[in-house]
Amino acid sequence: MSAEVEETLKRIQTHKGVIGTIVVNAEGIPIRTTLDNSTTVQYAGLLHQLTMKARSTVRDLDPQNDLTFLRIRSKKHEIMVAPDKEYLLIVIQNPSE
Amino acid sequence: MEIVHVYTKRRNEFGRQCNFSDRPAELHVDILPDPSLASNFIERDPCDVPIQCTQEMSEHEVNTERFESDTRGINHVEGGWPKDVNPQEMEQTIRFRKKVEKDEHYSSTIMQLGSNMEHCIKQNNAINIYQEYFEEEEEELVEESEEQPSAKTINVFRDPNEIKRTATCLSWHPDGSCKLAVAYSSLGFQNISPDMSYDSYIWDIENPNKPEMTLKPVSLLVCLEYNPKDSHILVGGSYNGQIAYWDTRKGSQPVEMSTIEHSHRDPVYKVIWLQSKTGTDTFSASTDGQVLWWDIRKMSEPTERLVLDPNKKGNLDNALGAISLEFETTMPTKFMVGTEQGLVVSCNRKAKTPAEKIVCTYSGHHGPIYALQRNPFFPKNFLTVADWTARIWSEDIKESSIMWTKYHMAYLSDGCWSPVRPSVFFTVKMDGTLDVWDFLFKQNDPTLSLKVCDEALYSLRVQDNGRFLACGSQLGTATLLEISPGLCTLQRNEKALATAMFERETKREKILEARHREMRLKERSRSEQSKDEDTKEGDGEESVEELATRTEAEFYEIVEAELKKRAKEQEKKVRRD
Repeated sequence: MSAEVEETLKRIQTHKGVIGTIVVNAEGIPIRTTLDNSTTVQYAGLLHQLTMKARSTVRDLDPQNDLTFLRIRSKKHEIMVAPDKEYLLIVIQNPSE
Repeated sequence: MEIVHVYTKRRNEFGRQCNFSDRPAELHVDILPDPSLASNFIERDPCDVPIQCTQEMSEHEVNTERFESDTRGINHVEGGWPKDVNPQEMEQTIRFRKKVEKDEHYSSTIMQLGSNMEHCIKQNNAINIYQEYFEEEEEELVEESEEQPSAKTINVFRDPNEIKRTATCLSWHPDGSCKLAVAYSSLGFQNISPDMSYDSYIWDIENPNKPEMTLKPVSLLVCLEYNPKDSHILVGGSYNGQIAYWDTRKGSQPVEMSTIEHSHRDPVYKVIWLQSKTGTDTFSASTDGQVLWWDIRKMSEPTERLVLDPNKKGNLDNALGAISLEFETTMPTKFMVGTEQGLVVSCNRKAKTPAEKIVCTYSGHHGPIYALQRNPFFPKNFLTVADWTARIWSEDIKESSIMWTKYHMAYLSDGCWSPVRPSVFFTVKMDGTLDVWDFLFKQNDPTLSLKVCDEALYSLRVQDNGRFLACGSQLGTATLLEISPGLCTLQRNEKALATAMFERETKREKILEARHREMRLKERSRSEQSKDEDTKEGDGEESVEELATRTEAEFYEIVEAELKKRAKEQEKKVRRD
């Protein structure tokens, strides 16, 4: 099982334009990362809070609804967050290369 | 006089109910009018009594206190680790991570999230949904769309002193134009009160509340210029005729001032930096009739002196007072002076004798020439702003301007060309309006006329990018305006059209000049002939009085004829109705 996980993460990392991949758990602790520690900690902390906020927004608007994916497009790159109850998969990609 | 009515009532009748009964009216008091009292009063006719039936309301203004904000960043520190794991120790954290990864739930979650994520990543790679499509076409669309020319006030810088002075000169900082130097003075004759502050300020355009730097001269500064080569140095001309220069790194006091004996005798109205290797040469003009050249390193004496004597004799009594100067760095040997008498004098710096310095004069204005500037794209044409018109001249035609605006209702006080568009120039008037002229678009009226403030505007300066301009008013308020992009982007064919227009007007004036010359020659030859024939008529020149009476008579004749014509038209109109 873990080999598949490794393979998935590696595949994601090797896609065109992907700058970094981070896996964060519910407490905000980065489990797996390809970036340096300080950046990882920053992304983990900030995006965790943002995802919580986004999820609560979606559920407030419609309690039957739930957040499936969060994409933040900025001038320099795009941050994609795939949320789950316990973990968070964050990928930073620069699509216009 | 008290009016008293006495009645009696028996005591045992007190407190009884009142029985009312009718009785006829009785006259108690009759005060007859006493006409003799009327002489104490004067009749006032008509009598204005305002009455208003509305709610009484009061007006209050509230301004919040300045909110000072500061931006700070936060550094995230690792937290959230369970109690038994010390985040500093690598071993413990790695062990923890490995433990989490072994969790089954983790694997399934990651697989699922991973597939989601891959889908999005591939999407991103497939199409850049934020790509700018139709980039080139969009630009064309903007040009074709007829957007209304407009100007917007961005900031207003007020004179912080109690007694307000006029903002007579503005100068933009040469690099980046984020600072504006404003010279404050009072140009009214003997209008300076002892409490008036002499300071001039340098403002940062982002902060209109407080000037960035104060310059403290010995006397009020009439003009102020940044050195285009060194952005820390400013030179200023003051009301008492002295020139001073400041270094913003050294503080508010002038670094050096010119000596009073060798300075001007009248306020220095304009000072300009010259193009030189050392970057320290300036020249100044004043209404005492002199143009002086200075090297700021040695301010004790001017390096050169020119007296604006139209007879070229260097006689100070005849000299014309200079109000504005013009110098173009692309033509360093020539410069022009605008005078109080309405003449523009074109001079050559390199001439050997003072008589040769003054090359030619251009006449045509009725009042002092407040602004004089060559067109940055067509240096042969220059703009003058004086009395109630603005005129554009060509260097070759000396008798009259090639283009001019109509006579306005208010005096024009300053003007300048736009540095990015050859056909656009700006003027400000004494009634507080700013006019933007585009003579390729409309010749009779300004393209945009904007009322900036209620008091008169005295100075104007456009920033080098052509987008922002600052104007200074009589109460010391400098207003920063942004003009719409249509007026500051070069249009297609603009240069070619402007060239064509200038050439056309110049040719027209040349033809008119030639014709005038011919007519004058003919008249002269005719008058000479008549002189030979008629020896008895010793008219020669009419005396001034005769000339005056003749002109007066002619004037009244013209006025009467005009009035009669108007009366006739009125009659016709009435009859038609």
